[in-house]
Amino acid sequence: MAETIDQIFVLAKDRFLDLLGIVLPDWIILLVRILISIAVLLAVAPVVMMYMTWLERKVLGRIQNRYGPNRVGIFGLLQPIADGIKMLTKEDIVPKNADQVIHFLAPVVIVIAPLLVLAVLPFGRNMIAADLNVGLLFFLGVSTFGVIALFMGSWASRNKYSLLGGMRAFAQMISYEIPMVLSVVPVILVTSSLSTAAIVEAQLGWKWFIFTPWGGFAALVFFLCGVAEVNRTPFDLPEAESEIVAGFHTEYSGMKFALFYMAEFISTFAISGLAVTLFLGGWDGPAFLPSWFWFGLKTFILILIMIWFRGTLPRFRVDQLMGFAWKVFLPFTLANIFIAALWALLPYPKNFIADTIGITVILTLLQIFNRKETPKKRKYLYAN
Amino acid sequence: MFGWGVLKGMLVTLWNFLLTYLWPKKGIFTVQYPEKKLPLAQRYRNFPFLVYDGTPHMIRCVACKICESECPPKCIYIIPEKDAEGRVQKKPAVFDIDYAICMNCGLCEEVCPFDSIFMDHEYEISKYNRAEDLMVRKEALLKPWEYFAKIRPHDFERIEAKRAAKSAKAKPVAPAEKPSQKPDAGPTSPQQGSVPKNG
Ligand code: SF4
Ligand code: SF4
Repeated sequence: MAETIDQIFVLAKDRFLDLLGIVLPDWIILLVRILISIAVLLAVAPVVMMYMTWLERKVLGRIQNRYGPNRVGIFGLLQPIADGIKMLTKEDIVPKNADQVIHFLAPVVIVIAPLLVLAVLPFGRNMIAADLNVGLLFFLGVSTFGVIALFMGSWASRNKYSLLGGMRAFAQMISYEIPMVLSVVPVILVTSSLSTAAIVEAQLGWKWFIFTPWGGFAALVFFLCGVAEVNRTPFDLPEAESEIVAGFHTEYSGMKFALFYMAEFISTFAISGLAVTLFLGGWDGPAFLPSWFWFGLKTFILILIMIWFRGTLPRFRVDQLMGFAWKVFLPFTLANIFIAALWALLPYPKNFIADTIGITVILTLLQIFNRKETPKKRKYLYAN
Repeated sequence: MFGWGVLKGMLVTLWNFLLTYLWPKKGIFTVQYPEKKLPLAQRYRNFPFLVYDGTPHMIRCVACKICESECPPKCIYIIPEKDAEGRVQKKPAVFDIDYAICMNCGLCEEVCPFDSIFMDHEYEISKYNRAEDLMVRKEALLKPWEYFAKIRPHDFERIEAKRAAKSAKAKPVAPAEKPSQKPDAGPTSPQQGSVPKNG
């Protein structure tokens, strides 16, 4: 019974294809098999996005001692739909001097990347749309592609605030992409695989990478870099409302604006999902509940933490942002690769000791090299 | 230690988040407006209304036009009533206030020597049409004196005491006229004297 529930979506898909197989030739079935996964992802992603906006507004409201949306439907559950209708009916304004084609294209292109990367996330046992053997590389490569769309939008708007936002986005993405990829390298090193499904299988039975010394820190770095990648507070410099109006989407309205938000929320979901896959054991969990439930629960918790960040932390300054990436994350993740290699090579008690020593050393070194230089107080010999 | 401040801040927000569920009275400050309303202070003021005693015919205003000339944005418009021979009566035929222009300053209340115009507590007055619906006519402006007692009991007591003293002084002069209309006690000359008392 538990097995059936666990595989319910896979079984439903197979049953549906069997039914189709009675009337249709084989090659169409093959095509439909691929298309079903795509259709499901394309249908679920916007719904997930809509309810993430609802969740975010609810949680932020509670953090700020108020209710959040509670007027449309019970608990405000219909609020995202009302917002969607509002967005669709809004006037679509294109600035006169904007580059019409690129201005139109940017919001379309920006949702492609987050939707594509969903294909390589294992949502449950056997529930992966495309089990690429380079899944992880695909995810990292394609998700970076979003920043180009973002810059297209900011450049085509012909607005100084948009351009500033786009520039900031570029600087931030490039800085944070490096520690993010480097924090993933230990996982590849230990599992010797780039396939997301294989990475989850390597963690089955509570051998989650977050419980290893290198994995815990790598997970933290990866998660923080992920927050920076999707431009959420405290790393939301590209759309800093209080400094540059709305950053790259200043000149967008109506549904185009909503598409920018959709891209942001779906990539938030995707990054959380990837963090779960890489470090939190993916769909692994006690067997009494189905695997997709565990994946959903862990992703949900990570999303909640991101919202919690947003409700708490003020925005970084640009120099703090860059310093964080280049002076703290980058050296640490580089050292972390070595530490993870030690873990993989040595037998059990020794590797734990070696890792602890390694992490202590690198953290101490970071502390020493990143300490604040305060000039010595001047002594005035002849004054007063 | 690095990151300690961040953790402390996160705990504060977490505590506030949990408080809204554990102890909503303390945690949530929202007043869910259309269902619940905050009580207004007595001295709250919004838009002016006209007072009548008893029936709407006994309107206190004598159409002296002081408020009309004092109103800074000039949003009051008064035409006194005339009888058959064309003599001006102590009663307004037209009394319009343009709520769209009124700036809620309350000067009309302060200058009125006959205690006949007061600031109201009504604030849900949004309308679809600015030109017609917000031009409030005499009939819509009229409200009973008891209503004033309800919304502003302190001012009511003060004004009642003042009016009682005034009518006691006026009694020997014109005892017969008292039942009909109070402002008759001093149409022209006492009016001058009562302005400073009010202002
Ligand atoms: S409150 Fe002020 S603006 Fe409004 S009618 Fe009275 S005097 Fe005029
Ligand atoms: S000042 Fe008072 S009595 Fe005179 S017209 Fe205005 S409301 Fe009427």
